[in-house]
Amino acid sequence: MNRRGFILAGCGTSLAALTVQPVVAANPLSTVARRLIDSNVSLFRWPLRRMPLDETPRLLSTLRDHQVAEAWAGSFEGLLHKAQGSVNSRLTDECRRRGGGILRPVGSINPRLPDWEYELRRCALEHRMPGIRLHPNYHGYGLEDPAFERLLRVASDLGLWVQLALAMEDERMMHPLMRVLPVDPTPLSTVLKVVPKCRLLLVNALRTLRAKPLLELLSTGQVWVEISMLEGIGGLGTLLSQVRNDRVLFGSHAPLFYFESALLKLQESELTQKQLDAIVSGNASSLVKTSPLKHRHGHQ
Amino acid sequence: MKTHWAEMKSAATSIWDLHCHLSGVPGDTPEGRLGHLIAYADRMGVERLCVFMGMEWHYDPTPEAFRLENDDVLRALRHFPDRALGFVYLNPKFPQQCLDELNRCVRDGPMVGVKLWVAEHCDAASLDPLVDRARELRVPVFQHTWLKITGNLPGESTPQELAALAARHPQTTFICSHSGGDWEVGLCAIRPHRNVFADLGGGDPVAGMTEMAVRELGADRVLYGSDIGGRSFASQLAKVYGAKISEPSKRMILGGNLRRILEPVLRAKGVRF
Repeated sequence: MNRRGFILAGCGTSLAALTVQPVVAANPLSTVARRLIDSNVSLFRWPLRRMPLDETPRLLSTLRDHQVAEAWAGSFEGLLHKAQGSVNSRLTDECRRRGGGILRPVGSINPRLPDWEYELRRCALEHRMPGIRLHPNYHGYGLEDPAFERLLRVASDLGLWVQLALAMEDERMMHPLMRVLPVDPTPLSTVLKVVPKCRLLLVNALRTLRAKPLLELLSTGQVWVEISMLEGIGGLGTLLSQVRNDRVLFGSHAPLFYFESALLKLQESELTQKQLDAIVSGNASSLVKTSPLKHRHGHQ
Repeated sequence: MKTHWAEMKSAATSIWDLHCHLSGVPGDTPEGRLGHLIAYADRMGVERLCVFMGMEWHYDPTPEAFRLENDDVLRALRHFPDRALGFVYLNPKFPQQCLDELNRCVRDGPMVGVKLWVAEHCDAASLDPLVDRARELRVPVFQHTWLKITGNLPGESTPQELAALAARHPQTTFICSHSGGDWEVGLCAIRPHRNVFADLGGGDPVAGMTEMAVRELGADRVLYGSDIGGRSFASQLAKVYGAKISEPSKRMILGGNLRRILEPVLRAKGVRF
């Protein structure tokens, strides 16, 4: 039991006598720099369901309502489409035309497809993307695959950071014809040792990656993680008590998840100002800045 | 700038959380754990917590085991009577012991509902006596349901099975826990039965869930619950705060509907609310 729990337990009788008026603490974002960076949103249609915010203007409106200054947007099309070049072109065009200066495109690359290196270079040099998002479980490879290591190496050489999505949804409720197990992150620590320049953000990871394996990855100095699938009472405070605080980013997984889920995690745990600043934008900025080709990472 | 936080605070005036546990929470005692939960509830504007099952869970508890779990909850409730409500945990495989425990915890104790988990499929005839008794005591029956493509536990109920039970007992109030897990299917399964309410708690905060529940059942049949401590208040409250539904609907889901369901038993017990 922590100190707060101890105090409450010890004061049970007097608390019980109170007529409780629920109190919501101040908006956490009112006390932080208003530059929230959402490291994990997606555009276009989820293959199995329409969602309230799956049209870019609606998503953008919600992001703006919640003071999001920048959102790193992947594409749901990247999960299943084979023509990844078209996926990335559409994503870039959508961010440019309808992104309101907030959405930054994050390209999809499938290293099981022929000539993926060409698509990767297009992401960096033609679309001027800051990073890419990988979905090994939807693309049919494991992290022990040599193509994965090569992809990380080439992406790093191009100055791209890499988002590795361990999952997209709860495997218990998947469509029977589209059951996709979460990515096994076990080989990751070995792969990262041979690609020291790689900057890796784990997205949708905290449902399946916890405890010692998570701590070890975050301690490498090459890995960050976002909070969209973090759960448990006071989950963010607990996480920050266990891991390097400069490794945790805000991520919503919108529009598949309600954006407010990630936002309210900032409220549920009692965080210091320094922790809040780091999570809402500081750590994301650091991830971008540590890229060796940071000069190419200007806004679109 | 539009301030959704202000909107959240206004809607947060009287949130009642239907679905809370003492497991997955720091603390060596039931009251310590409940105190821990209440500290977080205060941060999130949640006024009351419905708590069920003990410090240590059992899939298929003996009567002795479910009595001990209920003792944990009763002990915690004694420390926070104005913040928490309890549901009695039962195993329908033991009909007479269920009735005895219902009498101990609800008729003669402070509890205000029944919790059934995964010991027995809920369309079994063995549930009928306890469901009848719950109706007599005017308390709801909260039934865990989940449709898992990965496979259910041996005694784990589906929302379809709950629908069958509800059809046999149209005068009893049921709550479909997790909205069936696979909520797009679960909500349709319970839709024909006006005596079944949907619990939003316990799954990922997948956008569109609450909108579908309101669309298919009506806002008056939808209940906010968190399933803490395994889940967070944050992810589960977001299902209501983030939903594209009316503000009156949000208020009903966050507490109004649950107060309406519990009003008879709370009045009978003289509980202020």
